[in-house]
Amino acid sequence: MKISFKFMKKLAAFVFIAVFLTLILAGCGADKVLYVYNWGEYISDGSEGTLNVEKAFEKYYYELTGEKLDIRYTTYPSNEDLYAKMSGGGAEYDVIFPSDYMVERMIAEGLLEKLNLEAVCEKYGVECLYSYIDDKCKGLYYDPTNEYSVPYTYGRVGIIYNKEVVDKADIGGWDLMWNEKYAGKILQFNNSRDAFATAHYKLGYSVNTTNKAEWQEAYDLLLAQKSIIQGYVMDEVFNKMESGEAAIAPYYAGDYFIMRRANENLGFYYPENTNIFVDAMCIPKGSRNPEIAALFINFMLSEEIAIENAKYIFYASPNSLVYNNAEYREFMGEEAMEVLYPEDLDFSGELAKNGFRNLDPETLALISSLWEDLKITGGIGTGIYIVEAVVVLAIIAGIATMTIIRKKRRAMYE
Amino acid sequence: MNGKRSFLQCAAAAPHIVWSVLFIIAPLIFVVYYSFTDSEGNFTLDNIKSIFNEKYIVIFLNSLTLAVIATFICLIIAYPLAYIFSRMRERWQKVFILLTILPLWMNFLITTYSWMTLLEDTGVINTILRKIGLHPIHMINTPGAVVVGMVFCFLPYMILPIYSVMAGLDEQLIEAAADLGCNSFKILTKVIMPLSVSGVISGITMVFVPSISTFFISQKLGGGTFRLIGDTIEGYFTGTSINYNVGASLSLILMIIILISMAIMNRYTDTEDTKGRPML
Repeated sequence: MKISFKFMKKLAAFVFIAVFLTLILAGCGADKVLYVYNWGEYISDGSEGTLNVEKAFEKYYYELTGEKLDIRYTTYPSNEDLYAKMSGGGAEYDVIFPSDYMVERMIAEGLLEKLNLEAVCEKYGVECLYSYIDDKCKGLYYDPTNEYSVPYTYGRVGIIYNKEVVDKADIGGWDLMWNEKYAGKILQFNNSRDAFATAHYKLGYSVNTTNKAEWQEAYDLLLAQKSIIQGYVMDEVFNKMESGEAAIAPYYAGDYFIMRRANENLGFYYPENTNIFVDAMCIPKGSRNPEIAALFINFMLSEEIAIENAKYIFYASPNSLVYNNAEYREFMGEEAMEVLYPEDLDFSGELAKNGFRNLDPETLALISSLWEDLKITGGIGTGIYIVEAVVVLAIIAGIATMTIIRKKRRAMYE
Repeated sequence: MNGKRSFLQCAAAAPHIVWSVLFIIAPLIFVVYYSFTDSEGNFTLDNIKSIFNEKYIVIFLNSLTLAVIATFICLIIAYPLAYIFSRMRERWQKVFILLTILPLWMNFLITTYSWMTLLEDTGVINTILRKIGLHPIHMINTPGAVVVGMVFCFLPYMILPIYSVMAGLDEQLIEAAADLGCNSFKILTKVIMPLSVSGVISGITMVFVPSISTFFISQKLGGGTFRLIGDTIEGYFTGTSINYNVGASLSLILMIIILISMAIMNRYTDTEDTKGRPML
């Protein structure tokens, strides 16, 4: 027993060593590793004949320095997921893509590294492309000195509707999402913050209010809407709008153009007050290769790469190399350029007024509790509980009788 | 066997032990740790207490209801099927068992998405109904659609254990019962059913446990219009309101509920008298 225990310890040690060796060896073949952590479907990845930006950067870096670089690319579904990873520590990333309010929070909590783009570009002897970023996207509230972030994309939420179903007279505001004429054809965000925002905009309140009564009022509005809602969805919105299953859905302007490629009957408009966001490229504290990360960010701004990305994700790019490019403008079409790049938009004012901001824990708890209430209310009906009770009793009774019969039989023969 | 384990036995068990510790024991410890601490890591019972309010009880009831109904439907479908399979010629048995396992080769997510396409108002089924002049039925985003999804995804887990018990039944017992004057109904109720209980129990467990904790099926086929416990836990770990502590407490309570249900089920199993053992 003693020997075998020792043996087990050895074996366990061996297994651990083997695991670590594999992990280390996996990194072999490359001199440096760059960890990129992005939203899903948020970079041109080589699918369907597009350019693979990761591979392109690896090649670019090799030509520049003679060192082999390996990009490890992973994705996250929400700012909150990203924040949880970053604040938990232990995670190792070099480039991340948080949205405006999350950049603000991460700067405040000391989770971001200064970029030093100019210095890095000088060191590598490449042109610093930051100056091509649209001025309206610089110096925004979340990073007034532009030291921590480079904007990657921006966009606004609008309402996508099916022209065959929705009357022209009904479109225009948030009211369309509460219009009983289209009961069973309306989709809502399956995400508390975005869903509550639609109600807040309709009511004319700030989406960042800390007034409990205003949250309650938004809740009442969402509850009233629930009976005419087809479902609460996120990514499924593509399928449901493209197939005509649903006729009205709030979503991001860029995604509308992806849906319209599959269904020409779709239309889109911005309600008067609507959500606006900027997603930015940042380097988190603890990055092992902040200089390569900065070089990567600069690379993402270069004309060819930025256009490939903008074409792939269909969101507006703050990079003038992109939106002034004739070929890109033609690819997007006039309507898309008008919708995605509205000229008369007061960008910083709109972002400050209608963008999401960090909320205090108390308000966040209130939102999540109201959201749970919303989902539970109306539930699945009480009749079904009776069915359940009957079924459970039937199963238990059935099995119990069977066991009793069996025991009796056995007793008889023993 | 003298109780001591040989090197070989230990060596064979080592990967499993390492695996269990890393991926079963350690996560369980985390779940318990988070359940009993607050966001700063101090001991607290508030998470557990907060679960015992009306809101979460309704959620648990919803999950329990749908899981029980799905399990029951699986049982009703699977039991006769398993019996029919087990009485077939061996060659046909193999074919039909293969057909049973076939859906498991497909990923769950893909299966669920396919059901979305089938059940939607403009989906395959309703299009056919409309084409042949019948009134379309609204199915998607209802609890019924979720139950259909669960039944489809988990049915093989009910058929297989029951089948394996039935295939191991001694044919002579049935012949003996017939010789002693049982008609086929009595053979079924007095011989086959009691002898297949163990298969039924493991089938029920294998369908009930994934059904009660599913979140993907309910989100896609239920359209997010009602809450199940799996959705709620998922929301606490990935949503806008991340709260590992409450999420972990919910998981803990869910585990306890599952353990209790299994304990109740196991009271009715006597493993000693079945020839065909349950598969798992």
